[in-house]
Amino acid sequence: MQPALLQQWVAVAAAMMLLVVFALLAQRHMRALLRWFALQGVVLALTSALVAFVANVPELYISALLALILKGFLLPWMLWRIVINLGMHREVEPLVNVSVTLLIGAALVLFSFYVSLPIEKLSQLVTRNTIAIALACVLLSMLMMITRRKAITQVVGFLAMENSLFFTATSATYGMPLLVEIGVAFDVLIAALIFGLFFFQIRKTFDSLDIEHLEDKH
Amino acid sequence: MSLWIWNLIEALLIIGIAPLMTAFVKKLKARLQNRQGPPLLQGYRNLIKLFARQPVLASQASWLFRAAPYVIFAATALAAAIMPVILVDTPLTAAADIIALVALLALARFFTALAAMDVGTAFGGMGASREMTFAALTEPAMLMSIFVLSMVAQSTNITAMIDMVLTPELTLRPSLAFALAALVLVTIAETGRIPVDNPATHLELTMVHEAMILEYSGRYLALIEWANQIKLLLFATLILNLFFPWGIAIYPYTTAILIAAVAWLGKLLVLFVLLALFETWMAKMRIFRVPEYLGLAFLLAILGMLTHYILEVGV
Repeated sequence: MQPALLQQWVAVAAAMMLLVVFALLAQRHMRALLRWFALQGVVLALTSALVAFVANVPELYISALLALILKGFLLPWMLWRIVINLGMHREVEPLVNVSVTLLIGAALVLFSFYVSLPIEKLSQLVTRNTIAIALACVLLSMLMMITRRKAITQVVGFLAMENSLFFTATSATYGMPLLVEIGVAFDVLIAALIFGLFFFQIRKTFDSLDIEHLEDKH
Repeated sequence: MSLWIWNLIEALLIIGIAPLMTAFVKKLKARLQNRQGPPLLQGYRNLIKLFARQPVLASQASWLFRAAPYVIFAATALAAAIMPVILVDTPLTAAADIIALVALLALARFFTALAAMDVGTAFGGMGASREMTFAALTEPAMLMSIFVLSMVAQSTNITAMIDMVLTPELTLRPSLAFALAALVLVTIAETGRIPVDNPATHLELTMVHEAMILEYSGRYLALIEWANQIKLLLFATLILNLFFPWGIAIYPYTTAILIAAVAWLGKLLVLFVLLALFETWMAKMRIFRVPEYLGLAFLLAILGMLTHYILEVGV
C-alpha cells in the first residue's frame, strides 16, 4: 500500500479512539459503559498494531497484544464481576447533564488541537496528526472522572485515561520502552484489584458507592 | 438545453415515485410485523382520493391556511429539482447550492407551522411549537454535517461535493463517516420517522408532524402528504448521492443515465430496507429525549469537522 493510504488508516483508527471516548462519556447504563470500555481496549490494541505495521516498530506488536489481553478483556471482566457482585446495573449518575458534558467534550477537542499544533510541526512521525486526538482522549477521560458521582464510573474514567495515555505515547513517540509499558500494565492491573477492594469497603461503610459520602467529616 | 430537460425529468421522477417509495417502506414494515400491509400503489390511490374530495375548512381559517399547502409543496418540489439524482451536473444544481436546498426545506417547515397555528386549535399549536423546537436543533446539525463535506470539497455546490467523493484514487476520510452518521440521525428526525416521530399514527399525544396537519383535508392534505413523501425520498437521495454517489451519470448519455437510474433505485431500495428494519427494531423515544438525540447528531457533525482539520488537512 502507498504511504499516504497507510497514514489515512492511522487517521481512521485515531478517529475511532475519539468516537469511543465520546461514547464512554455518553453512556447512561453501567453495563453499556463497561462494554464500551472493553471496546476501547480492543480499538487501542488495533491502533497500536496498525502503527507498528505502518512505522515498522515490531515492539509495538507486543504492547498491542498486552493491551488486547489486559485492557480488552481482563480489566473489563474484573469490573464487570464487581458490578455484578455489588448488584449495581442501574444508571450511571452524572453530576452534569450528558448533553452539556458532550459539548464540553467537543470544546476540549478544539482546545487540544490548538495546544498540540506546535508539537505536530516538530514531529516527523507518521502518527503526528493523531497527537491532538490522543491529547483530547486524555482530557475527555479526565472529564469523565470529574463529572461522575459513583466511585466505579470514576475508576472507569481513570482506566480510560490510562488507555488514552498509552495511545498518546504511541502517537507521539511510537510507544514507551517495552519494559515501562509492561510495568505500567501490571500497575494498572493491581490498581484495578485494589479499587475492587475499595468498592466493597466504601459500600460496607456507607451502603452506597456515591463518593459524596466520603466528604462527610463526622 | 437538453440538460434542462434532464433536470426536469429528474425532478418529475423524484416527485412521481415518492408515493411509491413511501408505500414500499410501509409494506415492508407490515411484512416484518407479520401483517399483509397495503398494496404498493396505495400511495397513489390515497392521493387521487384526496384530490377528488372537497376540502373542509374551519370557519376562522384565513387565506394563509389555504395558501400554505401550495407553498409547502412548491418549496419541497423545488428542493427536489435542485438535488442531482441521476445526473451530476444539472443547471439548477449549478444555480442553487446546498444551503439553498436546506433553506427551501426550512421554508416549507415554517409554513407548516404557520398554518398549524392559523386555525387556533390546541393540537396545531402544540405540534408547531414542538416542530420549531426540534427545527432549532436539526438545522444546525444538518448544516454542520453538510459543511464537513463542503469543507473537504471546498465548495457548497452539490455537484462539486459529489465530484470530490467520486475522485478515482481511494482516500479514507474519517470526517466523512462522522458527517454521514450525523446526517442519518438528522434525516430520521427531519422526515418524522421512528424513534423521533411515528409516521403511522394520528392518535398519539407525542406526535409532531401529524399534529400540525390535523385540520387539513381534501386536496390540501393531499399536497402536504405528497410533499412529505418527496421529503423522505429527497433526504434518502441526499445521503446516497453525497456519500455513495458511485454509478451516477457524469455526462448526459442515454446509457450512462439508464445505468445511473438503476443504480439509484437499487441503492434506494437497500436504504429503505434498512429503514424498515430499523423502525421495526426501535421503539419511539420519549419526546424529552429528542433534544438529546439531536444534540448527539450535532456533536457528531462537530467531531467530523474537527477530525477533518486535525487529521486530514495536513495529510
